[in-house]
Amino acid sequence: MMQRFRKGDGERSGLFTRRTLLLGGLQGVLMGALAGRLYQLQVLETNRFSTLAEENRINLRLLPPSRGLIFDRSGQPLAVNRNNFRAMATSDRGRGADVLVERLDQIFSLGEAEKTRLLRELRRSRNAQPVVVRENLGWEEVARVEFNAPDLPGVFIDLGQSRDYPEGELMSHIVGYTGRVADEDLAGRDEPVLQLATMRFGKKGVERSLEDDLRGRAGAVQVEVNAVGRVVRELDRTEGQPGSNALLTIDLDLQRFAAEKMKQHQSGSVVVLDVVTGDVLAMASTPGFDPSTFARGITHSEWRDLLDNPERPLHNKAIAGVYPPGSTYKMVTALAALESKAIDPWTRLPCLGFLELGNIKFHCWLKGGHGSTNVVEAIAASCDCFFYEAARRAGVDRISDMAARLGFGKQSELGLPGESAGNQPTRAWKQEKIGKLWQHGDTFNLGIGQGYMTSTPLQLAIMTARIANGGYEVQPNLLLAKATPREELGPPPPVTKPAAPSLRFNPQHLALIRDGMNQVVNSNIGTANALRRDANGKVLDPSLTFAGKTGTAQVKRITEREREMGVTQASLPWHLRHHALFVCFGPVDNPRYACAVIVEHGQAGGVTAGPIGRDVLVETMKRDPSRRSDRYRKMASR
Amino acid sequence: MSLALDAPAPVSFAERIWRINWGLALVLTAIAGVGVLALYSAAGGRFEPWASRHAVRYGAAFVLMLTVALIHPKVWLALAWPIYIVSLLLLVAVDVVGKIGMGAQRWLVIGPLQIQPSEIAKVALIMVLARYYHGLRREQASQFLYTLPPLLIILAPVALVMVQPDLGTAMMVLMGGGALLFVAGVRLWMFLVAGASAIACLPIAWSLMHEYQRKRVLTFLDPDRDPLGAGYHITQSKIAIGSGGLFGKGFLKGTQSSLNFLPEKQTDFIFTTFVEEWGMVGAFGLLALFALVLVWGYSIALRCQHHFGRLLALGVTAMMFLYVFINAAMVMGLLPVVGVPLPLVSNGGTALVTVMFACGLLIGVNVYRDAQLPWKR
Repeated sequence: MMQRFRKGDGERSGLFTRRTLLLGGLQGVLMGALAGRLYQLQVLETNRFSTLAEENRINLRLLPPSRGLIFDRSGQPLAVNRNNFRAMATSDRGRGADVLVERLDQIFSLGEAEKTRLLRELRRSRNAQPVVVRENLGWEEVARVEFNAPDLPGVFIDLGQSRDYPEGELMSHIVGYTGRVADEDLAGRDEPVLQLATMRFGKKGVERSLEDDLRGRAGAVQVEVNAVGRVVRELDRTEGQPGSNALLTIDLDLQRFAAEKMKQHQSGSVVVLDVVTGDVLAMASTPGFDPSTFARGITHSEWRDLLDNPERPLHNKAIAGVYPPGSTYKMVTALAALESKAIDPWTRLPCLGFLELGNIKFHCWLKGGHGSTNVVEAIAASCDCFFYEAARRAGVDRISDMAARLGFGKQSELGLPGESAGNQPTRAWKQEKIGKLWQHGDTFNLGIGQGYMTSTPLQLAIMTARIANGGYEVQPNLLLAKATPREELGPPPPVTKPAAPSLRFNPQHLALIRDGMNQVVNSNIGTANALRRDANGKVLDPSLTFAGKTGTAQVKRITEREREMGVTQASLPWHLRHHALFVCFGPVDNPRYACAVIVEHGQAGGVTAGPIGRDVLVETMKRDPSRRSDRYRKMASR
Repeated sequence: MSLALDAPAPVSFAERIWRINWGLALVLTAIAGVGVLALYSAAGGRFEPWASRHAVRYGAAFVLMLTVALIHPKVWLALAWPIYIVSLLLLVAVDVVGKIGMGAQRWLVIGPLQIQPSEIAKVALIMVLARYYHGLRREQASQFLYTLPPLLIILAPVALVMVQPDLGTAMMVLMGGGALLFVAGVRLWMFLVAGASAIACLPIAWSLMHEYQRKRVLTFLDPDRDPLGAGYHITQSKIAIGSGGLFGKGFLKGTQSSLNFLPEKQTDFIFTTFVEEWGMVGAFGLLALFALVLVWGYSIALRCQHHFGRLLALGVTAMMFLYVFINAAMVMGLLPVVGVPLPLVSNGGTALVTVMFACGLLIGVNVYRDAQLPWKR
């Protein structure tokens, strides 16, 4: 009976059993495949995958070293570090970067350019190294980021340091500023810390020239991160080494005094050197710029304004401005003529107000002429005719050689970026650059510092210093001392004798030159004898007397015709007026300081540049340590 | 004819309770226990939010399984077609709602309940195919003409699931149906023809696929073509499994999952989370538990005395296998990422209820293995 129910079922069940076993076998094989795959992944290739998992998990983050501080010679801060809250972002090789940047834009209103930069940096960032979203956050912005943290994977607030320049514009040209690391900065420096987005690199001034000292060495921290790059915990840490601190030779108070004096004029510069050590005590160039605009990131329009300004605020005129030295060059001509025995101390040369060379008339600035002068009187009265003749007798080669020994025509060893070499013309130079033979007229022009000759204010100060110190080849120097934060930072012991090699001048000749410069200020025939008295008309204290030399550098030549038509310097537009120069040293009997001043388009050296030179030099002499009871402050190590 | 005469002695309720495969229930509970463990770890060593809910859900589903197991197969025989029709209607409904909403729509919200019609369709398909072949003679089952209706029965839900779009579930339904047809006695050449035509249809399927689905397939074929995008999941999963090694990194010590490198670590990639911490030993253990379930399923199917029960049991077992195999192969990079959970382990209620309901049917087949079911159609 059961058969009726089961009719055919046995047959059906047999087929079912066979096929079920077949299917079961197939499934068994597939399960075996899974087991095989597990074996492959977990036994055969486990090392590779373990490494990958560790790479995922562990992130090496560099700790940027804190940048060395910069002080003036008495320890007043010029460049310091300030705490800086910044928003950082990481993403795993750009995954989700688009969304992230959009959300950050809602919080910070980044703007298109910033968004593009951020996106590019996020995609380029290696090993999920964080990139900077925005710096110098206020509390409100920090709070907004923290509040929105769940929507901002990989974004975190980081306390970093940014550079602050307490003296601002006053020290802008010397201290310079830092900026993001550029590709060219990486040349020859393979420190990985330079790849950090938060890293800053010296771009100008001392920040640049002392970059490798100020930077320090990076530390590193091994952290465990999750998939969005958020740090879960710290595994290992190696401390870096902060950058060295630096004491500059600059005397900040003197620098401020000099800049204050320069402010009466639109544009110019002052350099003060210690003639024994070469220390640059002051180096002002006006106008300056505000370095904090660079520290926080300069905008394009701010940058354009600085570039387009005719007074060139970005330019450090003390080292990058080149001007014909004019009459301040006459010491070079005189010394060259004396040393080459083209003239001797007693040689007297006539001046009729002009000197004729063929059919060309070379004028002396004094229409009637100086009559007969010796070398001392010629310097004191700045007689052009004397130096035309002295130059003719010495010849261009000896003058150029002398100029080179006094520091012209080449960069000094100051080390600041952007220093110009000026131009010290020679026969060969003219042949090469102009393609013409050197003429006698060129020698005449060179003899009074005109024509092809150009120099920087720093070079004029160096020349003056080498004359003043008895012919030692001092080099200007900005770094007084440097030390790591663990060492004590203080000025070196005072130096009284130049360590630089002697230039082997005849001391008698140098004495004549110095006497001439002394008479410029301190004799009745001197071109700047008004400077004997201070700004209030009081005669200077005998211990503060100084020697100097005026100069006027032609910008536009006023022709005979124009002169007849009543064109004067004062009636010319500002940018065509002559530059006013003044170099000086003091005290006269035991020179210690040299100073060079240039007032761009200041017309006459003695009138505009002279008083600045006098005031700055007198102030420098007053500030000499021997006169001051307060010795250098020593700084505690930081 | 008299039913009474043919029927064997009636089985008592106590006997039925005894016939429930308690060993199988234990194995299922062990697997769910692994799930609780893995979810506890995935939440960073906390019962919230997944592990505790998983345990509670499993408890409820366990009761459901026992209840289903005690329902006479004739009820399912009678309800097979209605359930199938309803599941199709729900699939249509979800497609329509999906059109109105945006993107892939797999859920239907009815009051507090979220149901996934495609899950119901899987079980309904097994039931209706078993019902169909239960009514056929051996010769009929192997005839081409009689194979056409089950083809339509299979393809209807497959097509509806495809358009959701849910490629993984569609493939599962297709292969589960195919397995049933195979054991029911459909001729082998028909499978070959179907396979050949499927390959021929691939370009058409390709053109119908969504962009993200194509990307997944391409990524599967070459995971390195986009290691940060679509290939990221599979790469990270392989790293997690591989770095687990032979004995694993230890409970709660899986870096890949705890640091969120693993995507969907509590659902589709739960196997990875578990294997990273328990190693190949743990993986083999878990797979062995599943294999035990399969063997149990086969033995139930083979011992059953009625064709409906045999096919039902086989269908459930095949479904179970497909779940496990597709999920495990997917996280190991052997199959494209298609979004199939690991039954009883992955977090998520619908799949759990479906699987436990199906296991209830399976155990029911054993409980009522000697039931007398009408033969006619």
